[in-house]
Amino acid sequence: MFKMDEIQKRILKEVAGLHTIPVGAYNFRVNGKLAGRSSSNNIEISGKDDGSGIDIQIKDGTVNESVHIPVVLSASGLTETVYNDFYIGTNCDVLIVAGCGIDNCGSQNSEHDGVHRFFIGKNSKVKYVEKHYGSGDGTGKRILNPVTEVKMDEGSTLEMEMVQIKGVDSTRRMTTAELDSNARLIIRERLMTHGEQKAWSKYRVELNGENSSADVVSRGVARDKSYQKLDLCIVGNAACHGHTECDSIIMDEGKILAVPSLEANHVDAMLVHEAAIGKIAGEQLIKLMTLGLTEKEAEEQIINGFLK
Amino acid sequence: MLELKNISFNVVDGDKNVEIIKNLSLKIPNKKFVVLTGPNGGGKSTLAKIIAGIEKPTEGKIIFNDEDITEKNITERANLGISFAFQNPVKFKGLEVIDLLRLSSRKKLSMDEACEYLSEVGLCAKDYIHREVNSSLSGGELKRIEIATILARQTKLSIFDEPEAGIDLWSFQNLIKIFERMRKEIHNSSIIIISHQERLISIADEIIVLAEGQIQYQGNSEEILPKIIGTKSISSVCNKLK
Ligand SMILES: Nc1ncnc2c1ncn2[C@@H]1O[C@H](COP(=O)(O)OP(=O)(O)O)[C@@H](O)[C@H]1O
Ligand SMILES: [Mg+2]
Repeated sequence: MFKMDEIQKRILKEVAGLHTIPVGAYNFRVNGKLAGRSSSNNIEISGKDDGSGIDIQIKDGTVNESVHIPVVLSASGLTETVYNDFYIGTNCDVLIVAGCGIDNCGSQNSEHDGVHRFFIGKNSKVKYVEKHYGSGDGTGKRILNPVTEVKMDEGSTLEMEMVQIKGVDSTRRMTTAELDSNARLIIRERLMTHGEQKAWSKYRVELNGENSSADVVSRGVARDKSYQKLDLCIVGNAACHGHTECDSIIMDEGKILAVPSLEANHVDAMLVHEAAIGKIAGEQLIKLMTLGLTEKEAEEQIINGFLK
Repeated sequence: MLELKNISFNVVDGDKNVEIIKNLSLKIPNKKFVVLTGPNGGGKSTLAKIIAGIEKPTEGKIIFNDEDITEKNITERANLGISFAFQNPVKFKGLEVIDLLRLSSRKKLSMDEACEYLSEVGLCAKDYIHREVNSSLSGGELKRIEIATILARQTKLSIFDEPEAGIDLWSFQNLIKIFERMRKEIHNSSIIIISHQERLISIADEIIVLAEGQIQYQGNSEEILPKIIGTKSISSVCNKLK
C-alpha cells in the first residue's frame, strides 16, 4: 500500500478516525491518486471505467460491515471532482465512513468536489459518517463542494452525520433525497466557520412514499467574519412526517442566513420546521463561570457541547 | 466567613431609581447553616447574585475569608470557594450531566464519583449521567442536577436558591441530609439556603428574614420561627405539596 507521510496520516485520523488500515472494505485516495483499496466478500469496490470515481456494491443481506473511503489532499493547487456510487442491496446493515481532509500550505487553491450517490435497497439500514477538515497555513484556499444524492427504497433507513468544524475556507454542500414508503432519513449536520470562511448547505428531501419520514437537524456556529447559509427544504408528496431544525449560534461579526422551507402536496403530509439563531445565552456563560470557568473557557464548552 | 458591609443595589426602572437592597450588613461565620427567607420580591435572589458576583452592588463591600472580593468577577469568586445553585437552573444543548459534573469538580471526575453525586440528589445515575441538560428534563430533575453540581464543587461557601422547589417529600428529607453532610464533611464551610420551608428553617443555626431589601429579623430558629409562622415568608412542606 501507498506510504503516507505524517501530514497525510494526521488528516486521515481527523476525517476517518483511522490510525491504520481499517477492517473491511476501503478505498483511500491521496492527492488525486488511488493509495489503497480492498474489497470484502460482500462489499466490492471497483474503479469506474472512465477513471472518474468508484462504484461500491454491497450485496443483499450484508450486516455489521463497514466501508471507509477517505480522501486526503496535501498538495497545494490540486482540484478534483470524484464520482462515488454506492449500490446497497436489500436487508443490509452497514456503516459507511467518508471524509475529506485538505492540508494546504501553499498559495494555490486546493479543491475536492465529491459527488456521492446512494441507492439503498429495501429494508436496509445505513449509517453514513462524513467529516470535512482543513489545515495548513498557506494562502491557498481549501475548498470542498460535496454533492450527495440519495434514493431510498421501501422500509430503508439512512442516518447521516455530516461534520465540518475546522479549516475549510469555502464549502457548498448540496444534499438531495427521495424516499419510498416507510423509508426513514435522519440527518445531523454540524457546521462551524471561522475567519472569513463561507459555507452554504442546501437540503432537498422528497417524501414520496406513504409513511416515509425525515428528520433533518443542522447545528451551526459562525465565528469571526464567517458566513453560513442553511437552506433546508422538505417536500411531502404522500402521507408522511418531516421535520427540519436549524439551530445556530452567531458570534463576533458572523452572519447566518437560515431558510427552512416546507412544501406539502398531500393532505396527510405532516411537516414541521424550526429555526433559531442567536448568540450564546448569557445565563449559560454565567452558570459555567460560577463553576470557576473563565468566560472564554465557558464559551468553548458551550460550543463544543452544541456541536457534539 | 462572609461579611457584607453596607450593601446597596439600585436599578433604574424607567426614570425611577429603585432600591432593591438597602444598606444591608451581614456576617456569616464559618460552620453555619443559614436560611435566608422572607416574602417574594424581598431581594433574596438578588443578594445571592451579589455574593456570587453576578450582580455588582451599587455600594458596599464584600469580604470573604479576610479578603475584599467586591471587585472580583464571578470566576475569581468561584475559584475562591463560593458556589451558587440557581433558582432557575440553566439548560444547555449538547452538554451532558456528566460534562457539567466534571466542569463543576474541575478534575477528571470518575464515573463512580459522578454517579455518587447523582444518587445523593436521588437520581438514578445510569439513567441520567448521559442525558443532555436540556428541556427534555423536568424542572425537578434540573433542580437536582443543579444541586449535584454544587456537591461536586465541595467549596467553603455554598448558596442554594430555593432548592426544594419541584422536589417531592421523599427527596426533601434527603435534601436535608445532603446539607447536613456537606456541613460536616467540608471543613469550616457554611451554607446559605434561600427557602420558605419550615422544615429547613427549623434546623438552621441562623435565620435571616429579608423584606424590601432589608433585614427584618435575624436570629436562631426559636427566636425567629414564632415571628414568621403564618406569614408569607414560610410555608410548611404539606402546604407546598398540595
Ligand atoms: N436587574 C433588575 N432590574 C430590575 N428589577 C430587579 C432586578 N433584579 C431584581 N429586581 C427586582 O427586585 C426585587 C427582588 O427580586 P428577587 O431578588 O428576585 O427577590 P426574591 O428572590 O426575594 O423573591 C423584585 O421586585 C425584582 O423584580
Ligand atoms: Mg428568588
